[in-house]
Amino acid sequence: MTETPLTANIRPGEPLDVGAYERAGGYRAARRAVMQMTPAEVIDLVTQSKLRGRGGAGFSTGLKWSLVPQRDAVPPPRYLVVNADEMEPGTFKDRLLLEGDPHQMIEAVIIAAYAIQADRAYIFLRGEYHLAARRLQRAIDEAQARDYIGPRCFGGDFSLAVHVHTSGGRYICGEETALLTALEGHRAIPRAKPPFPQVSGLWGRPTVVNNVETLCNVPHIVNNGASWFIGLGEGVDSGTKIFGASGRVRRPGAWELPMGTPLREILEDHAGGMQDGYELRAVLPGGASTGFIMAADLDVPMSFAAVEKCGSRLGTGAAIVLDQRTCPVGMLRNLEHFFAQESCGWCTPCRDGLPWVERLLAGLEAGEGVEEDLTILEEHVGLLGPGRTFCAHAPGAMAPLATGLKYFRADFERHVHDQHCPWR
Amino acid sequence: MSTVDVPAPLSGEEREHIAAMAGHGETARSACIEALKYVQSRHGWVNDAQLAEIADLLGLSAAELDSVATFYNLIFRKPVGQHVIFLCDSVSCWIMGRERVCAQLHQRLGISQGETTKDGAYTLLPIVCLGHCDHAPAMLIDETLYGDVDAAKLDAIFPPEAHGT
Repeated sequence: MTETPLTANIRPGEPLDVGAYERAGGYRAARRAVMQMTPAEVIDLVTQSKLRGRGGAGFSTGLKWSLVPQRDAVPPPRYLVVNADEMEPGTFKDRLLLEGDPHQMIEAVIIAAYAIQADRAYIFLRGEYHLAARRLQRAIDEAQARDYIGPRCFGGDFSLAVHVHTSGGRYICGEETALLTALEGHRAIPRAKPPFPQVSGLWGRPTVVNNVETLCNVPHIVNNGASWFIGLGEGVDSGTKIFGASGRVRRPGAWELPMGTPLREILEDHAGGMQDGYELRAVLPGGASTGFIMAADLDVPMSFAAVEKCGSRLGTGAAIVLDQRTCPVGMLRNLEHFFAQESCGWCTPCRDGLPWVERLLAGLEAGEGVEEDLTILEEHVGLLGPGRTFCAHAPGAMAPLATGLKYFRADFERHVHDQHCPWR
Repeated sequence: MSTVDVPAPLSGEEREHIAAMAGHGETARSACIEALKYVQSRHGWVNDAQLAEIADLLGLSAAELDSVATFYNLIFRKPVGQHVIFLCDSVSCWIMGRERVCAQLHQRLGISQGETTKDGAYTLLPIVCLGHCDHAPAMLIDETLYGDVDAAKLDAIFPPEAHGT
């Protein structure tokens, strides 16, 4: 039986309250970190565990923390920000963690904040996650009543205030610098990097932004050690990951599995394969901003490097399945509508390019497309690609389009030649 | 629109609440999204007079605050119905038939996306992925999340006789 530390406490109904969470071993790691370890020791441990960000980018968590200047070099305030703005289409892992075990989140926040010596933590939560907001606030109140957060956590010298900010909406808030701009009460426009948030983040102070799932691993690393965590993964990446599947599979859902679990195992064993009458054609392995993987490549291990080698990205690990009864051009039109709508409008290629891409795809889907449209779409893949825009929003939008144009070329051409969507 | 005809200025209690919010964060303006959401939770949306008052309490110009308010899709600067139906339009729900649900809602309530029923009970809006993809198509009504939405579920939520077009 594989270990599932992240979801061990999650069951239907109400989540564990502070007492039950402690009886299950909770807050032991936070107490140990704050009372017995130095901040540098916590950072070293997390670096050794090879934990990489679970929000999509896969950056080393320990390295991210180590880039925060020492406290004597840059005095307080400094901030820890939890990116709980889960909005990547097809992704539903952070909601599971926040609703299912809110105290695990709070314990992780204490340890991470201690490691970077932050005195204030913000949990930036999606506005639509009402249940998660209520449960997090209850967990914060309970932890505060026991002096696990607040002034002098666990009776030691470390103090931490934890706040929940519920967002006003918009996908771009998940971009870490746009998120900071939103927290400051502005339109959520990304910032130029460098300076990186670790040096100049919220209100210009040292700040670390980490994804929910990333942080939830930390208490378990403190409890069980780096080599235990490395051993949880299959292959090169350490730890477990919450993988998901949606679309026409028999049992859509989310499962905590070893990093490196083959995509086929997730879709066939856990999601139960395809529904009757549906065949798998392709998969977006990690949310809307990852490229298609075709049915022939399903044996790819879900690790950062292996999925990249396959021409895509691990992303959030939430697989979206395209079946043979769904039009790939229509699916891309839906995806690019999302990206066009969610562009913050700050830089021109993204603001003007994405709506054009959406219009071309809508025209093709409606049977009004011409051959040249395909060339223009291909040009946009380059024009909106990495390095051409202010942030990663438009390049992310181009990932499914680039692979879609390559793999579904014949379907695109049929739309043009038949002047009609073959799926309608 | 029958839901809100007269711009309601903020009550003393609301003004005090917002002033307190302004003191909590590092800057007064960092409370602006929370303040807009607070006013909306009490009035359904944020009208011009209310926006101007919030701006004043937080030391912003009304134009500056409006630039923030109009950026975020969960802040309404137009009246909405008593209840807001957010129907997910992202990819998993699209694959699983959200267009059909949208048509069924139109049949039942007589409204398309962006519209409010004549009795002012419901506004229908598209929303990005609700993180309920394993139960697509998904829908949020006010603060309640619904999954696996189909005709039977819509029947239970919207009794046929309740909202004539």
